[in-house]
Amino acid sequence: MKSDFRPPAIKLSSSGLAPTRVKLENGVVLLMKQTTTTPAVAINLAMRTGSIADPAAAPGTAWLLSRVIDRGTVSRTAADIAEDLDGRGVTLTMTVSRHVMSVVCTTLAGDFAPVLSLLGDILIAPSLPDPEIATRKGEVITAIRQDEDNPAVRASETLMERLYPDGHPYGRRPKGTIDVVEAVTREQLLHLHAQRFAPSELSVALVGDIEPPRAQETVMRVFGGWRRPVPKPLTPPPVVPATRRTRLVVPMMNKAQADIAYGFTTIRRNDPRYYAFWLMNNVFGQYSIGGRLGDSIRERQGMAYYVSSSFDANVAEGPLVVRAGVSPANVDRTVSSIDDEIRLLVTDGLTPKELDESKRFLIGSIPRALETNAAIANFLQSAEFFDLGLDYDVKLPDLLSAVTLDDANAAARDALDPERATLVIAGPYPT
Amino acid sequence: MRSTTLDNGLKVLIQEEHTAPLASVWCWYKVGSKDERPGLTGVSHWVEHMNFKGTTNIPRDQVKGIIEQFGGAWNGYTWIDQTTYLETATRDALDRMLFIEAERMASCLYHPDDCESERTVIISELQGGENDPDQLLDQEVTATAFKAHTYRHPTIGWLSDLQTMSRDDLYGYYRRYYIPNNATLVIVGDVDTDSALRQAAHHFGRIQPGAGVPRLHTVEPPQTGERRVTIRREGTTAYLKASFHAPAATDTDFVPLVVLDAVLTGAKGLNLWSSFRIAPPQRSARLYRALVDRGLASSVSGSIVPTAQPFLYTVSATATEGTSLSGAEGVLLEELDRVQREGITTMELAKAKAQLEARLVFENDSVTNIAHQLGYFETIAEVELFRTLPGAIATATADSVMTAARRILAASNRTIGWFEPLPIGSGSEQSRP
Repeated sequence: MKSDFRPPAIKLSSSGLAPTRVKLENGVVLLMKQTTTTPAVAINLAMRTGSIADPAAAPGTAWLLSRVIDRGTVSRTAADIAEDLDGRGVTLTMTVSRHVMSVVCTTLAGDFAPVLSLLGDILIAPSLPDPEIATRKGEVITAIRQDEDNPAVRASETLMERLYPDGHPYGRRPKGTIDVVEAVTREQLLHLHAQRFAPSELSVALVGDIEPPRAQETVMRVFGGWRRPVPKPLTPPPVVPATRRTRLVVPMMNKAQADIAYGFTTIRRNDPRYYAFWLMNNVFGQYSIGGRLGDSIRERQGMAYYVSSSFDANVAEGPLVVRAGVSPANVDRTVSSIDDEIRLLVTDGLTPKELDESKRFLIGSIPRALETNAAIANFLQSAEFFDLGLDYDVKLPDLLSAVTLDDANAAARDALDPERATLVIAGPYPT
Repeated sequence: MRSTTLDNGLKVLIQEEHTAPLASVWCWYKVGSKDERPGLTGVSHWVEHMNFKGTTNIPRDQVKGIIEQFGGAWNGYTWIDQTTYLETATRDALDRMLFIEAERMASCLYHPDDCESERTVIISELQGGENDPDQLLDQEVTATAFKAHTYRHPTIGWLSDLQTMSRDDLYGYYRRYYIPNNATLVIVGDVDTDSALRQAAHHFGRIQPGAGVPRLHTVEPPQTGERRVTIRREGTTAYLKASFHAPAATDTDFVPLVVLDAVLTGAKGLNLWSSFRIAPPQRSARLYRALVDRGLASSVSGSIVPTAQPFLYTVSATATEGTSLSGAEGVLLEELDRVQREGITTMELAKAKAQLEARLVFENDSVTNIAHQLGYFETIAEVELFRTLPGAIATATADSVMTAARRILAASNRTIGWFEPLPIGSGSEQSRP
């Protein structure tokens, strides 16, 4: 650039979020942060029971439970709940990840107490009425049928099945299959709830225009009297890395574009190499528009509207996945380019400039990533789940800064190898 | 918020928000796919892509990384009325953000090799969209609802135009519309207004104004009867849409229609950048109860977006497995007839207003979202319209909502679209010879 641009010094607040953490007598963890940006409060309730809690023979049970759990309690009908939420402009977002089921919403600050009471009722005493189960099954089955017609979903889910074979919970489709969903009974849903929902498994994050003492008092009132035994821990089985390259085509000849999913299993979230992997992946397939992959496949060769890689370390060894959407005529060239970029990265390593730029970006983006109440609540939940500490936002810059070029290059060598890549191509591409 | 117009015609809107050490800069142009003539459909969006590929003072290989070094994010989008570019980063990046946007306005390169490379990227984007039957149906319904107005063609463009457009077409379009007197610069964040205005004048003041921008002036004639379009293609799921010609953002029926939509499908808010990220509160909405709670649809949604000229109000539903499109359509139309006959209740009115009030709070929770709204409304109408929205919502009445319902939801004003899935492997019904 012909201007006087110099990279900025990275300056972050030293005090950080400084959230408050309280553990109730029954094991419920409360995370609080007061902000006054808007007169609203983000509520994020995380229960440690995701799709890993699905019975082996019934994947999708936790997903269906998440669709039904807020449709009636022992003291409120589905219509009562609908009126209560809609009247306050509140939308509940229910999500099911591998290890956590979350209920998330934002409410005006004045509605905080009644909304939290309602959410407590939903988590503690759902009634799971049969008519609601039947209706939500119809929705889930339709969603599964939509997924079957979506090349991006087919490529990703098939890749996960192949990276995590033999019934590993990370390889299961979170929504399950139509046969399973049709067969799940109310008793099975109640059983899953009784087994996995307990105060020891719940963390409550509250971020927004509410004073922590008042927030704590409300949480005590809603959850303080809840008693359940501590569930048995759910430990994912070992992950066996691929030892050879495999490739599978999911033909979808009614589609215009093909989706490629290309991946590996990597490391656990608590692995000390986590930050090196994170930075390496940022250079490889994230920085700016898709890192090195984006430079090659989108910018230089013009083959794809999107290409990037994601790294998702988890309780067990999580995946690193490259995704691209390309014309069927460009599938082979795109796969070759991914192979080439990996070989180049593994052989020559990152440049010092690349590592420095990604560090600056990831560290500098922390204030933006923690701007909204909902984002802060999500960050606090993640830090709680992985036991990263209340000052994780303050420690994070140092953790990233400490990664050396050797660390990042070792991560590339450990994670990436075309000879043991797992590939899935879904779309109008011949088998 | 301070509004200033520089000597070259550039409007600058600055709002201080000191809640986080961030600043968001958006540069808006009053050009979108409605400004495209046949043969050049998609040119606004393609020009947007080209404007990320280097300028006289930012070499091609240094475009990426400037904002990232401040931990920032950047992006852009094109739609029917507007094209816009944004950066959000730490506040000390403000000067760099303004420099980039000034360069983008006046000095983009349009290297022929980059134009060719981007042609295949955009065709890939188009094909990715075609993979989604719902998006395909939306495109066909819009093209059917409009006979004359240029809102009829998709922002991505028609494939044949994307295959034939030249570098000169792109560059000529860029030069016609990317002038300060056709743009609005928005700065929101942890900034000082006076200082930010000086910086904006420093970077943009040197850019000469252009001649008046060319505008197409086609008014869509009133629709005289129901229109229908049915796509039969291989797929797994049936989709239904009902689209109605709807008032522009400045029309007195616009806000009553927003309230009506909240009653029918739940309040979405009015932020094109962020509203879709959170589903509407809709469990007690009329169409949710009629279609989803009765098991006829797995989802239902309404879409009313503020636009410069009359666009569409669209209700979309995904039929559940085993539900016929005719059955779902019958229930949908009966509900729309009922609201025209009976209007809405005072309780529904109060609930819709409460939802919209909450959504307006929720969707202004970041400097990026606030900056979007200021620039968006200034581009399609004027920023004052955004500031008066809460008042207009508060004063909407059940009568004004019923008047809007009767005007807009009339059978003769609607276009019905079906995506009817054929079994996988059966081949699709082609409408072309």
